[in-house]
Amino acid sequence: MVTNLGFGTLIITFLVSIYGAIAAYFGARRNSPAWVDTARNAMLLTFPLLTITALSVIYLLVTGHFEVQYVTEVSSKSMPIYLRVTSLWGGQAGSLIFWSWLMSAFATAVTLRKWDRDREFLPWVILVSLVTLAFFLILSIFVENPFVSFWQTPMGNITTAMFQPAGMTPFVPQDGNGLNPLLRHPGMIFHPPMLYLGFVSFVIPYAFAIAALVTGRTDDRWIRITRRWTLVAWLFLSLGLVLGGRWAYDVLGWGGYWAWDPVETSSLMPWLTGTAFLHSVMIQEKRGMLKQWNMVLIILTYDLVIFGTFLTRSGVLSSVHAFAQSAIGPLFFGFIGLTFVVSLSLLSRRWNDLKSDVEITSWFSREGLFLLNNLLFLGIFIISFWGVIFPVLTEALGIVGQRIPALAGVFTGQKVTVGPEYYERATAPLFAGLLLLMGIAPLSAWKYSTSKTLGGAAWKPFVVSLLVVAPLLLGGMRSWPALLGFWLCAFVTFVTVYEFCRAAWARHNAQSENLLVAFWRIAGKNRRRYGGYIIHLGVVLMALGIIGIEVFQTETQGAISQGGTVSLGHYIVQFDSLSVFDTDDGRNVARAVVSVYKDGKYVGELYPRRDYYYESQQPMTLAGVRSTMEDDLYVILADWQPLSTTSATFKVYHNPLVNWLWLGSFVFILGTLVAAWPAKEPEIVVAQRSVPVMSKAF
Amino acid sequence: MEQVVEARPSMGGRAKFIIGGLLIMAAIVYLIISSTNANAQYFFTIDELKSRSQSIVGQSVRISGAVIGDSIQYDPQTLSLSFTIANVPADNKEIEAQGGLAAVLHAAVTDPARTHMQAIYVGPKPDLLRDEAQAIMTGHMGEDGVFYADELLLKCPTKYEEAVPSQVAP
Repeated sequence: MVTNLGFGTLIITFLVSIYGAIAAYFGARRNSPAWVDTARNAMLLTFPLLTITALSVIYLLVTGHFEVQYVTEVSSKSMPIYLRVTSLWGGQAGSLIFWSWLMSAFATAVTLRKWDRDREFLPWVILVSLVTLAFFLILSIFVENPFVSFWQTPMGNITTAMFQPAGMTPFVPQDGNGLNPLLRHPGMIFHPPMLYLGFVSFVIPYAFAIAALVTGRTDDRWIRITRRWTLVAWLFLSLGLVLGGRWAYDVLGWGGYWAWDPVETSSLMPWLTGTAFLHSVMIQEKRGMLKQWNMVLIILTYDLVIFGTFLTRSGVLSSVHAFAQSAIGPLFFGFIGLTFVVSLSLLSRRWNDLKSDVEITSWFSREGLFLLNNLLFLGIFIISFWGVIFPVLTEALGIVGQRIPALAGVFTGQKVTVGPEYYERATAPLFAGLLLLMGIAPLSAWKYSTSKTLGGAAWKPFVVSLLVVAPLLLGGMRSWPALLGFWLCAFVTFVTVYEFCRAAWARHNAQSENLLVAFWRIAGKNRRRYGGYIIHLGVVLMALGIIGIEVFQTETQGAISQGGTVSLGHYIVQFDSLSVFDTDDGRNVARAVVSVYKDGKYVGELYPRRDYYYESQQPMTLAGVRSTMEDDLYVILADWQPLSTTSATFKVYHNPLVNWLWLGSFVFILGTLVAAWPAKEPEIVVAQRSVPVMSKAF
Repeated sequence: MEQVVEARPSMGGRAKFIIGGLLIMAAIVYLIISSTNANAQYFFTIDELKSRSQSIVGQSVRISGAVIGDSIQYDPQTLSLSFTIANVPADNKEIEAQGGLAAVLHAAVTDPARTHMQAIYVGPKPDLLRDEAQAIMTGHMGEDGVFYADELLLKCPTKYEEAVPSQVAP
């Protein structure tokens, strides 16, 4: 019953989307408000319809309807209710429904805004949103239908189909497979929805960009409307990435947080182009430059979003993410290719309209540095993209070798992969360059900065930041990447804090306000700027953590008997006891108790664990972590003697500074919220824009 | 030294940015090429690796194979992990044609005619290492024909997201 309801609404939503898209097209072409209105209503209808579909899936999951294939695949009787609800995005079919549902929610929200000044955009925004939505609905209906059930022939053979095939009876498995225990972690429960929210909300600025291209209203109006959408999309994407990292750190037990896995990398790619976009739209708003470039960036980001969704949902690349092989691949590639080509041809039609009459005059001006920032982000993106497609490419290029014997030695068709070292080696200099820019750019002025004026502004924080590095050098630190990294962190911090204080001090003097009040007010006055600075400080803190774990991580391992110890750096880990027991929820738990001593002093106990899930026959390693701002001691129970429990093997990681990574991400998110917070008096913002841009005024 | 220039398009101003942009692009291309060369690893099936054994000894490669459960031996004292893997095709289309990854892995483990290879890895025993898991390893082949893995990645498609309905036990 519920499967029919869910599938029925899915099909109706698809028809409504197609109708809405066509109506929007007519409305725009014939300039008919009636057609646009009906398209708008179609758009508004998709959300309640898809809500019914999503709720149907959730209902089936929560009530344990195991005759439904998807329910069997991702849930089981022993799973608590909240995990059953979140299994909506635990597998492929459900994820796609979830994606569509979020998409319709965002598109509905944007449809409900006031359109008075931007009537001409409306049909095209609806068209782009509905076409994107319809594509995902096609996948759900024809390829990955979550409502497909099991059926049994009289002979006992089991098959799957949406509707009861003739002569077959329903088949209900006793229990489901359950959600992979590795995914039963808060980080993993929220990681996919955050990522998806980020993915979906990037569709909105893209829709406006296309609307601007089609209508020829190519001023920066579309950028102003979507500014906050982009920030929100970016916020969710950042959150998704951080949560994924935290999950890996807590659950995967290799002592790291990011492995440049193709699936991870593919969710980073839209973030990279999106970040470049966020920066370069500011140049367009302030100086009317880079209009074509911004179009390219948002088109790229949109297609990377689709590409990212596709990579997590197909078997193209080998990766630690468990995913199925499915027929989705060609459909995704077709859609990506189509939207890319259509978008670019629209862009080329408007190419001349988008030309700017101003040009950048100096690399050292604010806009020059922003441009540099864009090139670096794009560079990191190209490196990532190359790394992701390289294995596929080397295999595919075997055809060249077969056709042209002279090149057979180069294009062998042998699959060649690149590991994390490739990404680390290639992106590290660019990340360092971005940090440096973060320090320099706030000191530069729009238009007129030169190396001289910039040098004049930068030398003080430069000298002070060197004072920070000196003690590290004297303290015996000899790793030059780390020294460079710490120096950059110090430099950016000084510049950013200095900028804050300068503004607050000026206000404090001018308005005779309390310094703290002055701080608060200036941040409130120019949220985007100071929100941005807070984000930069967050990035610096994250960089500290990344340098700490990447450069200074140490590890050791040892098999020790009860009372024995293994030491690593300042730490000694002593094995006290081990107990193995069953729990009510179907796990066999091996839990060790170890005492940790730092410099000979007892600092506490840790409980590294190994849970074995009988139901899914899968073990899960839970590290015992002593986490401080200085370092993390990360202890893994690697193995033990099953009968005696008097001896066990431990792997111990020492991860300096890694906590700053998580702290930094909080600051980062706070900064994004500040930047995205609606301004109280939008009129004033408009008025400020018309004031001639002074040096350092913005 | 830079001069303060008015915001007017000029050939000199343009050239400066084109050259600068090209230099950055060149640097990025250099980073990509050199890093690819330094870290590229050939991805072989066991059959392919065995067929070119001598020329490839000691070279860093990636291989994938199906883990044979009975062969897993682990010495917790030395953390030395040894197991045998059976040849599986690497091509996605071929895997799909043979009924999906789970079916391919099952066939590889149960078919004694497949090429086998012993692998040795030192480190904690991964949670996912079990019969009919797909092992993806980075390492090198020794003179003795044993694969010494530096990195061990495991994929177990049998339990989650399985498209083949026979998986469901009544």
